[in-house]
Amino acid sequence: MKHTLSVLVENQPGVLSKVAGLFSRRGFNIDSLAVGVTQDADISRMTIVVDGDEHIVEQVEKQLNKLIPVIKVKVLEPGMFLSSEHALIKVTCRAKQHAEIMNIAELLHASIVDVSPASLTLEITGSEDRLNTLIGLLKPYGIKEVVRSGALAIEKGASTALKQNAKA
Amino acid sequence: MISGAEIMVKCLEIEGVKTVFGYPGAAICPFYDFLCRSKIEHVLVREEQNAAHEASGYARAAGVPGVCVATSGPGATNLITGIATAYMDSVPLIAITGQVNQWLLGRDVFQEADITGACESFTKHSYLVKNAADLPRIFKEAFHIASTGRPGPVLIDVPTDVQKQMVASFSYPQKAQIPGYKPRTQGHAIQIRKAAEAISKAKRPLLCCGGGVVLAGARTEMIEFAEKTGIPIVSTMMGLGVVPMDSPVYLGMIGMHGHENANRAMHDADLILLCGARVGDRAVSDPQQVSDTTKIVHIDIDPAEIGKNMDVDIPIVGDIRLVLRALAAETDYTAPAEWIEHVKAEKAAFVPKGSPRDDYVEPRSFMRVLSRMMAKNAIFCADVGQNQIWAAKNFNVKEGRFLTSGGLGTMGYALPAAIGAKLAKPHRQVVCVCGDGSFQMSMCELATLKQTGADVKIILMVNERLGMVWELQTKLYDGRHTATTLTGSPDFVKLAEAYGIPATEVSSNAQAELAAKRMLESDGPFLLVCRVDPDEPTL
Ligand SMILES: Cc1ncc(C[n+]2csc(CCOP(=O)(O)OP(=O)(O)O)c2C)c(N)n1
Repeated sequence: MKHTLSVLVENQPGVLSKVAGLFSRRGFNIDSLAVGVTQDADISRMTIVVDGDEHIVEQVEKQLNKLIPVIKVKVLEPGMFLSSEHALIKVTCRAKQHAEIMNIAELLHASIVDVSPASLTLEITGSEDRLNTLIGLLKPYGIKEVVRSGALAIEKGASTALKQNAKA
Repeated sequence: MISGAEIMVKCLEIEGVKTVFGYPGAAICPFYDFLCRSKIEHVLVREEQNAAHEASGYARAAGVPGVCVATSGPGATNLITGIATAYMDSVPLIAITGQVNQWLLGRDVFQEADITGACESFTKHSYLVKNAADLPRIFKEAFHIASTGRPGPVLIDVPTDVQKQMVASFSYPQKAQIPGYKPRTQGHAIQIRKAAEAISKAKRPLLCCGGGVVLAGARTEMIEFAEKTGIPIVSTMMGLGVVPMDSPVYLGMIGMHGHENANRAMHDADLILLCGARVGDRAVSDPQQVSDTTKIVHIDIDPAEIGKNMDVDIPIVGDIRLVLRALAAETDYTAPAEWIEHVKAEKAAFVPKGSPRDDYVEPRSFMRVLSRMMAKNAIFCADVGQNQIWAAKNFNVKEGRFLTSGGLGTMGYALPAAIGAKLAKPHRQVVCVCGDGSFQMSMCELATLKQTGADVKIILMVNERLGMVWELQTKLYDGRHTATTLTGSPDFVKLAEAYGIPATEVSSNAQAELAAKRMLESDGPFLLVCRVDPDEPTL
């Protein structure tokens, strides 16, 4: 079972290694981890997707909370958040296949961002499912390279992970 | 203008640090240059690991963070086992290390070690200081983090150039402001009510006392709660000393090496209140066995401990002292007489092992005799191995303390911890017990003992083997004893005398008793070598 955690951390050197180290040390499985600064330059957000049962997620949450630079951990409730991922996919293809691939891209709202005689590079943003579907459809052509960002997540509606906390 | 090094010393002074344990080197020299002009006492250890253990013993006895200092590279890496030991036992510790000049960081230059990285998994937090102006904030935060919530070690790594860097002025912050760190001390009222309700329904309730009770200074609350409700207490090894062994509410130590009657009480109970215990595998080898039908209330200041190793019905996050007080106010329960009688009968039926003999010192009966001879508030340090188990099960801690490396199980802990404890509490009797294996891991500290003049008595149980591992090999490896015979050990009496420390060797209980009496009455350090039957078991 996959769980998405939204984690606010102090934007300091070493935080990422503290967080990543915790996962390896305690034997938790990270599915993906994406980091970037928030609207507050002193605070970064990590979106972490964890694979495991309730007990594991509870431990991940508690252990993350113990790290001093971690300001807040929120396990996002299924159905109550939007999640999206970004990918760049380079496919091998000859010129006569371009049209087919462009059709697939259009179908899944991906765009072609680079073309060469022997390759096409597609860009897609969307749910994990949509990315997987695109990759699946492109596979027969020969995928040279896939670069995925890992999931980003934000809560639906007005609520935020930052709400009652942060810089006191 | 003021240098980083001077700021570091000033911060320690403001934090009220009186003693630091350390070993110098080029990368920490600027700091030492100012330390030696300060009133802070510096104890020169003989190996850095012991600096951490000494600071740990100091911290545990004094109840304030202990401070240890080492130079960069090998000095810092030598601290690692001591830091990890403190982490596992939640001991507040500040480890200060020198680091190579900042512009050389990451280049594998002479004596560079990424110590903050290396200690990542067993420090509560760590700092690599990049600017001397940050030092006051960092020291303030470090002391705050180390000593609040669940205590633990904090590492401050300071490059040489930062120690030399001049900044305009010094001011120490009033408060540490760390957005992500707000330990909760007050237990949640609803949870406490739920626990009180569960207690009111319990037929066979039990209190299980862990090291967190000692750390929280909740001894009085624990005993009062047990006396008020009649609920009996068992303890983990780290919880030893909270309740005296002969107290009517106390049943004994649980776990793999614990008292059978205490383990049976854990098994028979229908409600267990775990207090500041992390339910390690040595204490409860199979949590499933207990948790099936038994209701578990778990009180701990560290939320991550709750439910980690055992399913919990009622979690309470908070300081045990405050929670027990609140819980006592919520309940007027009295434990059923039938249960009390049952556990008391089991305790009474428990026959302590060991008896006087005249060919060897029998360690269990000797431990009992020793604890009768020692001061009420004495501090007793046990090393790791059979000696630790004999002590844990037989030494009656009255109003004093029992210090041992219960979490990491670090051999060589007892002697340095005892030195630290003695320097923290010079007026209390301090005795340590070691095996001949563990003692040889820290015997260089005899020099520190001599140099400080600390009045620490050492009991050395010599069985010429790594007894506990030998015993394991006997039971689980068909008696194939590999690498557990200690040949080549020195004559320990002569060794002590070479340091100018008086010593005696004894090989019967009667001799041991007499010698122990003389030892306890003597001034200054003393080594008592006890010959123990090599086949003496712990179980
Ligand atoms: C640093 C370290 N190395 C190894 C061990 C594994 N170990 C646990 S008990 C033990 C034997 C201890 O022997 P000794 O100190 O002579 O004490 P005894 O068991 O004989 O009382 C060993 C080697 C340990 N706990 N710590």
